[in-house]
Amino acid sequence: MIKPSNIEIDREKGNFHYPTSKYAFDAGVGLSEDVVKYISGVKNEKDWILDFRLKAHSIFEKKPMPTHWASKDLENIDFDVIRYYLAQGQQPSRTWDEVPDDIKNTFERLGIPEQERKFLAGVEAQFDSEAAYSRMKEDLEKEGVIFVGSTEGLRDYPEIFKKWFGKVIPSSDNKFSALNSAVFSGGSFIYVPPGVKLAQPLQAYFRINAENFGQFERTLIIADEGSEITYMEGCTAPKFETSTLHSAVVELVALKGAKIQYITVQNWSNNVFNLVTKRAMAEEEAEVRWIDCNIGSRLTMKYPGVILRGRKARGEVLSIALANDGQHQDTGAKMVHAASETTSNVIAKSVSIGEGRSSYRGLVQIPGHLEHCKNNTECDALLINSDSQTDTYPAIAIQGSENSVQHEASVSKVSAEQIFYMQQRGLNQAEAMSLYVNGFVNDLIREFPMEYSVELKRLIDLEMEGSVG
Amino acid sequence: MSTLQIDNLSASVGKEQILNNLNFTLPKGEVHAIMGPNGSGKSTLSKVLAGHPDYQVTGGNACMDGTELLGLNPDEIARLGLFLAFQYPVEVPGVSIANFIRAAVKSRLPEGESIKAVEFYKELYLKMDDLGMDRSFTSRSMNEGFSGGEKKRCEILQMSMLNPKYCILDETDSGLDIDALRVVSEGINQMKNPDRGILVITHYQRLLDYIVPDKVHVMWEGRIVRSGDKTLALELEDKGYDWIKEEVAAA
Repeated sequence: MIKPSNIEIDREKGNFHYPTSKYAFDAGVGLSEDVVKYISGVKNEKDWILDFRLKAHSIFEKKPMPTHWASKDLENIDFDVIRYYLAQGQQPSRTWDEVPDDIKNTFERLGIPEQERKFLAGVEAQFDSEAAYSRMKEDLEKEGVIFVGSTEGLRDYPEIFKKWFGKVIPSSDNKFSALNSAVFSGGSFIYVPPGVKLAQPLQAYFRINAENFGQFERTLIIADEGSEITYMEGCTAPKFETSTLHSAVVELVALKGAKIQYITVQNWSNNVFNLVTKRAMAEEEAEVRWIDCNIGSRLTMKYPGVILRGRKARGEVLSIALANDGQHQDTGAKMVHAASETTSNVIAKSVSIGEGRSSYRGLVQIPGHLEHCKNNTECDALLINSDSQTDTYPAIAIQGSENSVQHEASVSKVSAEQIFYMQQRGLNQAEAMSLYVNGFVNDLIREFPMEYSVELKRLIDLEMEGSVG
Repeated sequence: MSTLQIDNLSASVGKEQILNNLNFTLPKGEVHAIMGPNGSGKSTLSKVLAGHPDYQVTGGNACMDGTELLGLNPDEIARLGLFLAFQYPVEVPGVSIANFIRAAVKSRLPEGESIKAVEFYKELYLKMDDLGMDRSFTSRSMNEGFSGGEKKRCEILQMSMLNPKYCILDETDSGLDIDALRVVSEGINQMKNPDRGILVITHYQRLLDYIVPDKVHVMWEGRIVRSGDKTLALELEDKGYDWIKEEVAAA
């Protein structure tokens, strides 16, 4: 057996819950205009933000669920029983000592302060609706890097963030981007000045602690000309009896020659609906890279995209999804080429275990008036058990003779002979499966920062336990 | 006790009976060869001993140093010390040789104990040098795109890293040119040891020019029909298998 004794973060690690009864701010249950106004009021927002929220709320009310193409499981989300805002009224602390004990214990247990000491340039830790801790290294502050929450970003730096806020992903993009735009709270607002290159990543950690809660963080990263940033996010929630909703909006803006790398390792418990809209805009010679690892959740729908708006811009999505029993990972990528000589690359690998289901949806658009655009898409699915499911929905619209596109898809199963071979070398069935799956995703895992790839391999080992026999 | 002892072993795959009351003993410190024409059951014997789930044991015993192997899982048999070098080694995409062998070594360690990376690589490189394998080989995916010779060398490398008590080499000479055959045989010869029994399964005599067996057994219709010293292999090379078949039919 694989013993989780020395595991840094495992599937059960997030499954604990310190009861917190002292939420100073609680928007109650269900969604209405009053709830939207309450959230805006607690944050003491300017009128334009309240207007933005109210408009989004009315879009949300009007928009149907996308069940004509997506999972019917969406219909099981009951928006009337969800709590949309919960906070203890704290300002994000600058030292862990000032963070309230119950929240501090939570993040200590998840290993966040330790990671911060080891390899991060800055950390923000969000507990339900608001950040409890936020700190960045001083030298970055001196260089003009801004790393704050959405409330502070819009309040303290409107001249920087207002221009792009809600522009990459308009509220009306889809029902869940509208929902997020109405009730958003928390998330990271980051600005990197021209030419500043961050040597270490900034990290945000999103923790859902309350039952029936919806987390709606909002992230906007602007990398000014020639700058570089790596941002990582991690997510966990305890296992509750009822379902939880996580619906984020993440907008990235890479100005001329900038590079943004956005890394997600989500490790949600199996009751979380994870419906996230992520999109980037890449100007001339800019590079945006989404590295996305989806483990856990009940239903994940997430298709990180890049709009390649400037000449020679480059977009990339590397995605790993593991769907276990009772889970549906509906993930993919969108590459919208809007300038000549732009290139995009999508590599998606999914593993379906037990009765798990993984779907790949890809969108690639290259209009005919562009020249020398390239897209490469590879999606590989691995099925572990006979009940496992996978499906692929590529939508490729390429026009113009000067553009090229390459699409490869494969579905494989672990053969009995492969398992026997590995067993003959001493590995038990679960270890053999685990090694096989690690091999399957190995070339993608190598792209993750080392600290994360070790953790990912261990997560995969744990997911594979009990998957055979 | 220090033997791999097979008594009256019978086994089938599907409805077909392949092994019929097979008897055979391999003591530690010796090298035995099993020869026989195609379809005589040689490869089935190796799969049954290794616990392959497709084969049903219908009778008999197989004891390794006194421990019954039949009925155990393949990985339990492997960890008890039986190594099977495959006739057709299987690909494991994306898993490097180094990581694969490491996982196999680790599966033999007591719980909570971990491999010391420096020592592991030192030993691995030393053994690769012996087998004439380039060190860059460690990062290649298991058996993916390997030539026949590379696959077999990789089997011998695993065998020597895992330090088994008994080794079964199933048609290791198939698909090898003469240079590869020599290198692989040298690797096997280096594994000879008073605490280890080696069983070489082969169709042709030429492997036995390099690995000199203490005993040669001839298999036909699922059992051992004749045993002798290494001259038996030469006799088979000279006369073919027909005379043995005739003798069995006459008896």
